[in-house]
Order: sequence, then structure tokens, then C-alpha cells
Amino acid sequence: MTQSFQQSPIVVPGEGIAILDVAIGRIAQPSRRAFLQRTLTLGGLTLLTGCATDDQDSIEAALMHISRFNDFVQGRLFNPKLLAPTYPESMITDPFPFNAYYSEDEVRDIDGDTWRLELSGMIADRKPWTLAQLQALPQQSHVTRHICVEGWSAIGKWGGVPFSHFLRLVGADLSAQYVGFKCGDDYSTSIDMATALHPQTIMALTYNDQPLPPRYGFPMKLRMPTKLGYKNPKHIQAIFVTNTYPGGYWEDQGYNWFGGS
Amino acid sequence: MSADERSIHPLWLRITHWLNAIAVIILITSGWRIYNATAFLGFSIPRDVTLGGWLAGALQWHFAAMWLLVANGILYLLINAISGRLRYQFFPISPRQVLRDVGAALRGKLAHDDLRHYNSVQRLAYLFVMFDSVLLVLSGLVLWKSVQFPLLRELLGGYEGARRIHFFAMAALCAFIVVHVVMVALVPRTLIAMLRGR
Repeated sequence: MTQSFQQSPIVVPGEGIAILDVAIGRIAQPSRRAFLQRTLTLGGLTLLTGCATDDQDSIEAALMHISRFNDFVQGRLFNPKLLAPTYPESMITDPFPFNAYYSEDEVRDIDGDTWRLELSGMIADRKPWTLAQLQALPQQSHVTRHICVEGWSAIGKWGGVPFSHFLRLVGADLSAQYVGFKCGDDYSTSIDMATALHPQTIMALTYNDQPLPPRYGFPMKLRMPTKLGYKNPKHIQAIFVTNTYPGGYWEDQGYNWFGGS
Repeated sequence: MSADERSIHPLWLRITHWLNAIAVIILITSGWRIYNATAFLGFSIPRDVTLGGWLAGALQWHFAAMWLLVANGILYLLINAISGRLRYQFFPISPRQVLRDVGAALRGKLAHDDLRHYNSVQRLAYLFVMFDSVLLVLSGLVLWKSVQFPLLRELLGGYEGARRIHFFAMAALCAFIVVHVVMVALVPRTLIAMLRGR
């Protein structure tokens, strides 16, 4: 792209701060900006030729609104008693694919001995948990299908603590709307309370009966066969319960928040 | 029934036709971009003909246009069924008649004197596209909500089965569109009729 020098516009102090705020916001969310510029294009061509960025932004905003409407519809459709299909162990996909927003050589190495699970928000007992304490809780395992937003799917076996048991144990406010997660790989996501309490939602500590390997999210990931892959956070370090919409790493960039079945 | 005896396509039909065209174009082009995220059949659709810019953008378009397709499609089928048009416009349809009309079409001898009357090939093609669109919606429902529709999921061969059905039903719809547009180009009066009603 060629650059030309333009005369700087005269900026009054108040406006300057406002412009700076916008600029900082834009720099802080490069992928979001890229999304705004890319969504409208049919390949290289702008769909509405000669159309200003304002129009693109309003179409973006409309699509985001529909996505939030779809969240609402999906919440209403969700039957907390319906179970995802389970499979015999012979059908497990081997090797189970690795997927994250980074490549496999960037997988974080987390020390299980010093790791603590932090709790915050609308939870009565917020003391941190060690891995050994979680391992001492009742465990369950399921062989279920993991479905990625990219379209592929794979079958795996995850074992760990039923999340509904844990949430009750720590006195989480089960009438709250959201459960959010902050992860050791700088990832974050959040889910609806109904899915958090679903009988197949587990705090997975094992994969294939072995301690969760680093590439699958050691020491703990949340495994939900009712949600797409990006809703299943790995390397969880903090869990919070809230009524304020928490968003998430991919959700903030445009992936559907409900993101599941 | 119609006030205007010369009307070929009633207004409701023209409106639902063009709304459907918009929904289908958005759904197909964004669907191609979604397909490209894994490209499970070993080839990718050229980026320049896909909509959405990246996966999340394509998904947003796809899951917005689906409402238009479904709402408009239900309206179309309901009015068609209630008005009796579905019965008198598309039936009877016999295999022999279809073969005869295909032969006539290939020899360039298929008459289009009265656009109000569909020949057997048209009847079959339009009935097929209705069925195919319903299949696209149902398989899409399994991909979107595989846990919530267990019976539908099993009928369509599970998540992976539904994924393939969804793709090939799209391919069949594209094939229909190609033939449809070629036929319109050969008999441009039909385009005017679908716009003006006469």
C-alpha cells in the first residue's frame, strides 16, 4: 500500500483524547478490526462497492446482534436432560487432534505441584484448589465426540469431576447466568449455567485414563460434549460465576457465544 | 382466484422466490467458506467466491440467512399447500412424461407457450428443489444442534453423516441453480414474468 503525507488536521484537546481512545481500542483488538474489514468481502471484492466503513460496521453490528439473538434461541432450545451420544472405546480417534489458537510447539508447560485453581464471583467458598484435592473428588469418564467449529470431529475419552458436583460443593450461585474461565494459555471463555450443570460436563483431569497431557490442557480442562471445541477451555486457572456477560477469546472476535448443541 | 387473469406468478410467489434467492446465495457462499475451514473432500472453494472473510464471519452470515431461508420457505410451502397451487401446478407427474419432456428439451423443442403451465421437467425440478431445501435445513439442524435432535441425527447417519448430506445437498442445489439460470437465459420471458408477474 502506498502512503502519502497529508496535512495533519487541527485537533482540539478534547477531540484528541477521544481520537486517542479510539486508536488505542483499535490497536488493542487487531483481530476484531481485521474481522470488521474482512467479513463483508466476497473474496477480495467488497460486496457493496464504494461503501464506507461505516456501512460495513453497521452490517457487522447487525450480524453480531443476530448472533446474540441466536444465543438466546439456543438457550431456550437447550434441554438439560438430553445427553450427547457416547461411543465404545474402540471408536476413539487415535491420535486425537491437537487444536488451539497457537501451534503445538507453543503448548504451555504448567507445573501441577504449584498449580492452584482460583475461584471468584458468586461462589460461597472461594478457597483455591490443588490438583490432589480435585483428584480426591468423585470421578466420571465418558467417551464422546468432540466437534470443532471448523467442521471436523473426533472421539475421545475424558475423565474427571462432574462440574455440577463441584459447583454445588463450593456453593456457587446456581441461579447465576454465566460461568467464566481464565486459562494458563491466555485463553478465556464462558458458558451458560444450564450447560455447566449438564450431567456430561466434567472438569477433565484425564485423557484415555492417563493424566491430561499438556497438549490437551494439563492439569484441567472443562469437557462438554454439548459444546463446540472452542467452548472447552484447557489449562484452566480460574473459574468465576457472574451475571455479567464475560465473552471470551474467540467469542469477542465473532464466534457464536453459545457455540454448542 | 387471481384478480388479474393475465398474471403468471402471483405477487407472494415472486416475493418468496427472490427472498429465497437472496437467502440461498448468502447460505451457499458463506457455506463454502465454512467448508474451506476443513475442506474434508480434499479440495477448497476459491476464496474469491466465498462470503464472510474468515470462518467466524462466514458462520455469522450463515446463521443469519438461515432464518430467512426457513421463515420464507415455510411461508412459501404453506401458501402453496393451502391455495391448492402445489397440487394443480406440480401434479400429476409421470416418469414417462418426464422422459418425453427431457427428450423434447434436448432437441430444443420444448414449448413455452404458456408460462403458467409447468412441463414435467419443471415439475420434477421444482419438487426436487423443495425436497432438497428441506433436506438442507434438516441436516443443517443436526450439524447445529446434534444433541437436541437425537432422532433426526440418527436418521441422517449421525453428525458426520449429516455433514456429508448437507454438503451433497448443497451441490445438488448448485446444479439446479446452474440449469435454472441457463433455462432462464434461453427463455428470458420467464425472468420478466418472475419480476413483473406477467
